[in-house]
Amino acid sequence: MTITSPRRLGALALVAAVAVGACGGGATAAPSASSEPGASPAQTGAAGPAVPSGTVSLTGAGATFPAPLYQVWFEQFGTIHPNIKIDYQAIGSGGGIKNITSQTVDFGASDAPMKDDEIAALPAGTKILHVPTALGAVVVIFNVPGLTDLKLDGPTTAGIFLGTITKWNDPAIAALNPGVTLPASDVVVVHRSDGSGTTNAFTAYLAAVSDAWKGGPGVGKDVQWPTGIGAKGNDGVAAATKQTSGAIGYVELQYAAQAGLATAALKNADGAFVQGSVDGVTAAADAAAASFPADFRQDPIINGPGAATYPIASFTFLLLYVDQKDQAKGQALIALVYWALTDGQALEKGLGYAPLPAAVQAKAIAALHTITFGGAPIWPE
Amino acid sequence: MIGAVPARDATLAERLRAGRSPRRRAVDRAGRGLALAATLACVVPLAAVLFFVVAKGAGALNLDLLTKPAKALGTGGGALQSWLGTVQMVGLATLIAVPVGIAAGIYVSEFAGHRAARAIRFASDVMVGVPSILVGIFVYVLLVLPFRQFNAFAGSVALAVIIVPVIQRTTEEVLGLVPRELREGSLALGVPSWRTTLSVVLPTARAGVLTGVMLGVARAAGETAPLLFTALGSRLVNIGGFGEPMDSLTLFIYNGARSPIAALNDQAWGAALLLLLLVLGINVSVRLRSMGGVRA
Amino acid sequence: MTTLSRPTRLPARRGPRRGDRAFAAGTRWAGIAIVSLLVGIAIVLAVESWPAWRAFGTGLLTGTTWDPTRDIYGAVPFIVGTLATAFIAVVIAAPVGLLTAIYLAEFADRRLATPLTFTIELLAAIPSVVLGLWGIFVLAPLLRDTLDAFVIAALGWIPLFAGPSYGFGVSTAGVILAIMILPTIVSIGREVLRSVPAAQREAMYGLGATRWEVATRAVLPYARSGVVGAVILGLGRALGETLAVTMVIGNTDAIPTSVFSQGQSIASKIAVTFNESTGLQSESLVGLGLILLAMTLLLNAAARLLVARTARGPRR
Repeated sequence: MTITSPRRLGALALVAAVAVGACGGGATAAPSASSEPGASPAQTGAAGPAVPSGTVSLTGAGATFPAPLYQVWFEQFGTIHPNIKIDYQAIGSGGGIKNITSQTVDFGASDAPMKDDEIAALPAGTKILHVPTALGAVVVIFNVPGLTDLKLDGPTTAGIFLGTITKWNDPAIAALNPGVTLPASDVVVVHRSDGSGTTNAFTAYLAAVSDAWKGGPGVGKDVQWPTGIGAKGNDGVAAATKQTSGAIGYVELQYAAQAGLATAALKNADGAFVQGSVDGVTAAADAAAASFPADFRQDPIINGPGAATYPIASFTFLLLYVDQKDQAKGQALIALVYWALTDGQALEKGLGYAPLPAAVQAKAIAALHTITFGGAPIWPE
Repeated sequence: MIGAVPARDATLAERLRAGRSPRRRAVDRAGRGLALAATLACVVPLAAVLFFVVAKGAGALNLDLLTKPAKALGTGGGALQSWLGTVQMVGLATLIAVPVGIAAGIYVSEFAGHRAARAIRFASDVMVGVPSILVGIFVYVLLVLPFRQFNAFAGSVALAVIIVPVIQRTTEEVLGLVPRELREGSLALGVPSWRTTLSVVLPTARAGVLTGVMLGVARAAGETAPLLFTALGSRLVNIGGFGEPMDSLTLFIYNGARSPIAALNDQAWGAALLLLLLVLGINVSVRLRSMGGVRA
Repeated sequence: MTTLSRPTRLPARRGPRRGDRAFAAGTRWAGIAIVSLLVGIAIVLAVESWPAWRAFGTGLLTGTTWDPTRDIYGAVPFIVGTLATAFIAVVIAAPVGLLTAIYLAEFADRRLATPLTFTIELLAAIPSVVLGLWGIFVLAPLLRDTLDAFVIAALGWIPLFAGPSYGFGVSTAGVILAIMILPTIVSIGREVLRSVPAAQREAMYGLGATRWEVATRAVLPYARSGVVGAVILGLGRALGETLAVTMVIGNTDAIPTSVFSQGQSIASKIAVTFNESTGLQSESLVGLGLILLAMTLLLNAAARLLVARTARGPRR
């Protein structure tokens, strides 16, 4: 009976093909009532890209780091253009890259730019455009009863996450926090269990400040953690930290607010202790904007110069196919991203993200012209 | 007296013959007490889960949860897309699984030779034990990768794969209980055997087959793992879009459970209560019926 | 092999009837479909994980490191996590479940046994994700502050029970799994015990044995292989449970050193990272899936053989 199985599998796939085809997976350019066809969403001067008039569904997946921002964006854009439905699943940056590689989504999202070997692993002929949308701070959150102010420097933070500092009243922590009463309780590290751009930025920081980290777990979206509890997503880390007394974790700024947890002030390159904040990230971004790479694959900005600069800042990217397979989807996607890069920027500060520096914003908008359908630009210059 | 403790090397029979000493009676009482305690201990987790799901979920299971879609940052949103997704995907899964499961059950019960019956029965038994996350990978490879889209159809197929063996086994069992005389009577009247099966045997066993189907539905409604890589989950209300991602109550609970936002935790409890009402409701009603009536 | 009575076979028809043949053939395809599904799952897992097996050979099975940074993948931490959680589950659930099965089959009044069995079987109907939710917010903090603290205070000097406990870890996952496999052990155990011929009991009663003695000396030994089968079936279920374990095990890729350590079972590792990884890591994850499939297949086959050996006669 085993011999029949490939045939059965083929038949199953066939059934599926018929069913999915019948259900119309994707954007059918059905002539439905459109709101303000061709209206430009932009109020920033230059003519924005056209918004398709038919019903379009876009599926995206990836980073949890910008997820609150994206969810607000996509809801607002959906209100302005009810014919465009955007579904974003926050599964992790690794998921954004996996699914853009296996082409199971219309767009991906990651805070870690794709590595060279990840780009090499793309199907032949597939090109991915990294579009920066925002910046965020990776902050260290903690849940220690009675403790609200905590200062940490690089080596101490690395020691905690390496598992060499195991008590909250460790001399290394005490030395940085004179006059603060530290409990003798255990330090419980909470880290990510999934492929994460937040992890990539945070481990880049730890590797920059600690040779033991660099030679040990290293830098990446998913590393071998020496200690602690794993949790899925920025939300999972925030929730586990919130629930566990003595816990310490790392998340995007917005999630610290969601969990209502205090964040540690980190010692920056100038030796000042700074809290993660939109301003601290903006300072880092402005310093990095001049050297922003042409392919947009900007690594996290670690220990940027400046007294007010927060030491762990990261761009977050949408991952788009340069060659779109469906014109309506391509149009909708460009319109959405254009809106996010222009009007959408105003929503960032309120949610704990830093808007793009003007120079980067202009480059990102210009890059949208390179997206094509059938070889021709969808939004010609 | 005989009540003396029997020697170490005394055989069981000798000790029994020695009569019911107080000590043995004490052991008997203690053993039976222990067994009763164990039985009660089995009921405790059920009670505890029910208590907390009701206590924490009752407040959250409100009109908003049922009528509003997910909203950014949680507050003011609901699980409309989730219960709609569960209903649709479980519905389609049932439509796929019922004919296959019943037909396979009929085949094993009525037609299959000894070896074929054994092979199918074994496959079914093992399929019930295959971790559902593996079914998720299987369907992801067959129905997500080729179509380059996470889709609710793949989710439904994954659920169907999980419940087909349940329906097959139940069908087979209840068909085996149908009296031989019924079949023979029908066949003697010259009714072809396929019509006998469909219009005499199967209807007689209807209640039992329905039990299997409903238990399959309840199982499918509670599955999460096979949906993670197939239906993916969604924040949008999706009605009939089986080519696109879809949410389910289980995915909603999984996501809400690991949120730092208290409102989303509450919504997860509310969704859990809704799911429990559905799943336990089906189980209780189906089992009560099959227990109460002899109408096999 | 089967625990069921053979159904009445239809008498062979003399003349070939087209309708009959078509109907039989149609239902046969459904039967074949079920077998093909099982084979298909195995094939898909083998094919999709092939690059990982080629890269690591048996090292995928025996490697103790899971390091995405250096692209080295070994399954041992997850095999250990899977077996450890399942083992804890069985250590808890087997005695409780078997005592319950004995109570229900031997001691309880029938009017009481039926609703009790029914209630315990309802436990199996609770969705894994709901148990996980309850595990995160109720069970994990409760165990951390009570049982775990007690065990660490009493036995913490033994490395296997060394603290600290954060609530999320191998032991909590084991407890949740115990809850999930209890109904399996109870209901199959009860059926196996009830299938023991009455003569076994009567002989003992005739000798003046107490009910406890009858249950433990006559019934249990007679049903031994079936009882073991019931436990192994429970173990099989514990190996593959995904969501509830994922939500409380603490999701760490290291080999757990204490029952309170964080860990990761094969199923939970796949659930958390399969949709997050590319290339060799993703293929290695499917390789983990193949290992898990092999484990569950072996256990299921063994368990069913054992159950069938006791309950050979017609049931019910």
